[in-house]
Amino acid sequence: MADVKQVTLTIEGRPVVVPEGTSILEAAKTAGILIPHYCYHPGLPVAGVCRMCLVEVEKFPKLAPACATAVGEGQVVHVHSPKALEARKGVLEFLLINHPLDCPICDQAGECELQDYTFQEGRADSRYLEPKRFNPVEDFGGDVLYVTNRCILCTRCVRFMDKVAQEPVLNVSERGDRATIGIHPEADLGGHAWSGNVIDLCPVGALVSKDFLNKARAWELDRTASVCPNCTQGCNSILETRDDTVVRMRPRANEAVNQYFLCDQGRLDYRWLERRDRAELPYVRAQTARGGTELAATDWDVALREAAALLNGRRARVLASPMLSNEALGLLARVVARTGGTGVFTVRTGDEAPLVGVPDLALRADRAANVIGAELLGFERREIGAVLDGLGADDVLVVADEELAGLAPTLPAGVRVLVVGTTVPTWAAGADVVLPITNMAEEEGTFTNLRGRVQRFLQAKAAHGLARPSWYVLGDLLAAMGDGEGYFTAADAFAALAAAQPSFAGLSYDALGLRGLPVADAERFAAEPALAGAA
Amino acid sequence: MGYPHPSHPRETPVLSKHFGEPEARTLKGWRDRGGYVALEKALKMDPAEIQTIVKDSGLRGRGGAGFPTGVKWSFMKPDGKQHYLCCNADESEPGTFKDREIMRWTPHALVEGVALGAYAIYASVAYIYIRGEFTEPLEQVRAAVKEAYAAGVIGENALGTGKTVHVHVHQGAGAYICGEETALMNSLEGRRGNPRIKPPFPAVAGLFGQPTTINNVETLAATPHILNNGAEWYKQFGRPDNPKSVGTKLFSVCGNVARPGNYEVPLGFNFGEFLWDLCGGAGEGREIKAVIPGGSSVPFLTAEECRTAVMDYEGFVAAGSMLGSGGVIVFDDRQDMVRQIARLCRFYAHESCAQCSQCREGTAWTTKILERIAAGDGVAQDFDTLLSIADNMTGKTICVLSDSCATPVVSGLKKFRHEFEAKLKASPNVVSFAGTATAAAAPRAAGPTV
Amino acid sequence: MTYGPSTPKPSPDALASHGAHHDDHGPYAPVFAAGTAPRAELDELLTRYPNKMAGLLPALWIVQRERGWVSDEAMAEVADALDLTAAYVKGVVTFYTMYHQHPVGKYFIQVCTTTPCHVCGAEGVVDAFLQHTGCGELGVTSADGRYTVIEVECLGACGFATPVMINEQFLESVTPQRVPEILAALP
Ligand SMILES: Cc1cc2nc3c(=O)[nH]c(=O)nc-3n(C[C@H](O)[C@H](O)[C@H](O)COP(=O)(O)O)c2cc1C
Ligand code: SF4
Ligand code: SF4
Ligand code: SF4
Ligand code: FES
Ligand code: FES
Repeated sequence: MADVKQVTLTIEGRPVVVPEGTSILEAAKTAGILIPHYCYHPGLPVAGVCRMCLVEVEKFPKLAPACATAVGEGQVVHVHSPKALEARKGVLEFLLINHPLDCPICDQAGECELQDYTFQEGRADSRYLEPKRFNPVEDFGGDVLYVTNRCILCTRCVRFMDKVAQEPVLNVSERGDRATIGIHPEADLGGHAWSGNVIDLCPVGALVSKDFLNKARAWELDRTASVCPNCTQGCNSILETRDDTVVRMRPRANEAVNQYFLCDQGRLDYRWLERRDRAELPYVRAQTARGGTELAATDWDVALREAAALLNGRRARVLASPMLSNEALGLLARVVARTGGTGVFTVRTGDEAPLVGVPDLALRADRAANVIGAELLGFERREIGAVLDGLGADDVLVVADEELAGLAPTLPAGVRVLVVGTTVPTWAAGADVVLPITNMAEEEGTFTNLRGRVQRFLQAKAAHGLARPSWYVLGDLLAAMGDGEGYFTAADAFAALAAAQPSFAGLSYDALGLRGLPVADAERFAAEPALAGAA
Repeated sequence: MGYPHPSHPRETPVLSKHFGEPEARTLKGWRDRGGYVALEKALKMDPAEIQTIVKDSGLRGRGGAGFPTGVKWSFMKPDGKQHYLCCNADESEPGTFKDREIMRWTPHALVEGVALGAYAIYASVAYIYIRGEFTEPLEQVRAAVKEAYAAGVIGENALGTGKTVHVHVHQGAGAYICGEETALMNSLEGRRGNPRIKPPFPAVAGLFGQPTTINNVETLAATPHILNNGAEWYKQFGRPDNPKSVGTKLFSVCGNVARPGNYEVPLGFNFGEFLWDLCGGAGEGREIKAVIPGGSSVPFLTAEECRTAVMDYEGFVAAGSMLGSGGVIVFDDRQDMVRQIARLCRFYAHESCAQCSQCREGTAWTTKILERIAAGDGVAQDFDTLLSIADNMTGKTICVLSDSCATPVVSGLKKFRHEFEAKLKASPNVVSFAGTATAAAAPRAAGPTV
Repeated sequence: MTYGPSTPKPSPDALASHGAHHDDHGPYAPVFAAGTAPRAELDELLTRYPNKMAGLLPALWIVQRERGWVSDEAMAEVADALDLTAAYVKGVVTFYTMYHQHPVGKYFIQVCTTTPCHVCGAEGVVDAFLQHTGCGELGVTSADGRYTVIEVECLGACGFATPVMINEQFLESVTPQRVPEILAALP
């Protein structure tokens, strides 16, 4: 793209240089100037309808919509001139005259662009003396409720379904001030795997999530950069917690992976992060007074020592969850190597559901975040029924956070079991040692997505019970087995992985940042051209 | 011819010459009257040549904006792309009903102009977009198109010249805004009639994304006459001191006027003579109070201003209004201007396509305030509010429907403020609401706080 | 030659187009079934445009002519025929005031009341229709199912105030006095 002409202009007195064809709104962003806007969204085609982004451009006869006006050489743009401010104040007033002003009961309050811009540059009073328009709330299907009275008709939701989802089930109905967003009774948003995005796209509280309805106020939430663990796409996300409880998952923009979007399956599947049937303490098998055995709580040192002893001289069959981080899988791979054992995993699958308007974005058939990481680190993928095949009576089965949902295998007699997990599956209740680990919301780590992109997720909440991060526990376990000294940070654990595994060579937490980087041999995972060009 | 009344000697009937003659509706009748000679001539010329003649003639768009037609056509180059011509027959601007008469009396005049225009802009396909309510014009134009196809006047080998010109009629379905050129294109494409943001302009990416020219019915109907008689002939119509406005123009006259109807006069005609002599002034025993001279979207003129105004693009601007579409609406001294302006704003509120915040909300809000004032519940602050809303609605939206709603408010408050004031409530602090106006209506000093 | 305001006699054709099928309660019968005249008409129309979507307004006109109004089921059918979604079609239908989203009376009466007609007394014409049809209220179909009266914006015939449309029939220069006679002439 080196041959794209650069244009120089002045915005609010600051010189800005951007490629030809850039909008004034985007150009201003590069200079750190936010031009208020509603209908514009970088992930959607430009509509130019809300007229909120009006700015003054010298020598133009009229104010210009910054979202729909391309930069011109030598242009002088005033965002906060009296004329521009007056015009936007007018727009805000128009948008508010029929608005119910029900912020106290609106889920959007605190993250509402109508509130924000009104506070910033709106009128302090209303001159509207007439009765307000009223329309009832509608169920748009899926996770979406439409609070008609709050709608500012920016059409972001309509354009998303039309141009990005390419299944126009939303429309603008009627015209004039009777206009609302509508659906046809035949099909609502419930039929589309990505429709929940309209909730995030809505700049006001007109489209709200049923799942999140009245759950929390925006300002009570803590937000953590994360990665959706629910399929191999690896959409960048934000985990929102309230009082250390995950209450919502939302998309985090990443042009290279998911643009601005999350699928419904991904965004709504977060409750497992709050499971209460967790492994809270380290356990070892101990004699009971009546002569039997039971899992008895112990401290970490004992449990780690016992676990190491268990593995000593035995082959490990590691049954790893593809939801585990690269760090954890890398350490488990070392356990496999040291014991001359094998590592296997299995993946729950479902239907693939692409977001047609975005190249190479889909809810993937493999419903776990780190399938590629597991493969790169030498784990063998197997059908769920075959994970225990070839398990010898003298082996140690290491159950690494894998519950084999829907399956309750009978373990061969004599097999010893080490559970390293967030839970103890019932079929593994006969375990010899249990090492409780934190789940992905409680620890830091990385996943490798289906295109070989390594992406970090951060810790969003405190650990459950005495559970420790997976990389920490496995580092200590290896240390107890005589391999290394464990790790104090996830970054160190990752550095060790990068040093040992060619695919991860050259990568580090610093380099990954919050957008991720491809593994060294990522071209192996490139999308087929047809897929990449799907848009 | 000043249909439906007999032609006035001061008229110059060119387009309206055959209004009222049912025989002119048929292909034979039209040919007997000199029809399709210009088209045949044109089809044997180079399109660029036609563009030049029309440019030289000084013809300007009769749809309202007055853009020079030849210049518009000259944006269309032989670039090998599919071009389209749209004929704007959506005529919905209150006060305007000239295109209707052209279509229902001389449908072949339009078909000829459309075919000629299409050829001149290198378009093999033209669509005539006729508003859905125009059942009779639709029937006439459809019949004319059918006849023209059957006789080989249009189609694959138009008039045996080997040139292809297809003409299709497309029926609208009730939306004033579809008269706006890009809204019309959206509507034709099977979308909501939302005006598009420009750029891109239609000449670059118009109908179906292809280079497109759009012209009004009257504009296109005038072009065969120009081809037949030459640019110089057309230029003779107009006042000598204003070469920018030439040709004959149909003015539709309606409202409180003695002889409503269409009148064709050369541009530059004196408006006083037009109103009082040709149209007969207000009805029996009445005086003209106000006139909107160019369709509902242009400012009012007082009777006084009308007397001296000159009927061309520049003349009406000088008088404080605009020529617009040439729809002359007359208000006599009985009329309550507040109610009439409120009614006009209700029209715009009904027709706003709802895209732009200012227009969607502003047209409705303005209407509500005006209706409240008209009902006797106005307060003094309403005037400032109205003017401020009007200002916020002007020059800030995708199309000018929003501005058009503000126009009568601003011009009405300027010229008929006394009528507004006379309607104010005695106690300025009490506002009762339409529908809830009862003795118990709570007094309030200001609106709710945002 | 002589001619007056053109108020041709209502032709039975122009009046027949509404209201014939208003009480259809059974399962939806498609308008554009293969082999039918409407299907052929639509297919011919589609040859005039470079894509199917452009056939939407014409298709809806056919539906309204055949059924008297455009139901949700009809929108879905049209969507199917033109490779659109039903919601999209509904968005378009609701934009245009001439498509009926509900059944209307056998005679659908539209009276222009925009300013030029308003100053000429259009409100009186509306009142006369409301009274003589027994509708009483705008938009409400009379008890016998014969009439629905609505006010419309400028019909583009302002010089012939007050224009009135009864189904496809366009009447000019209607006065309140003429209303009973006009109604009596309806078949
Ligand atoms: C709200 C609005 C309504 C319009 N309605 C009409 C119309 O009904 N007929 C028309 O010819 N032009 C109408 N116009 C003007 C058209 O946009 C366009 O300028 C015109 O059709 C161009 O043709 P001309 O150059 O031959 O005048 C309208 C414009 C606006 C903004
Ligand atoms: S619902 Fe939200 S996104 Fe959709 S148009 Fe209304 S304000 Fe915009
Ligand atoms: S596509 Fe996959 S990664 Fe993206 S949100 Fe859905 S489940 Fe999560
Ligand atoms: S000004 Fe009004 S009619 Fe024009 S595009 Fe905007 S909302 Fe639509
Ligand atoms: S953000 Fe530019 S017009 Fe809406
Ligand atoms: S205002 Fe009634 S027809 Fe134009």
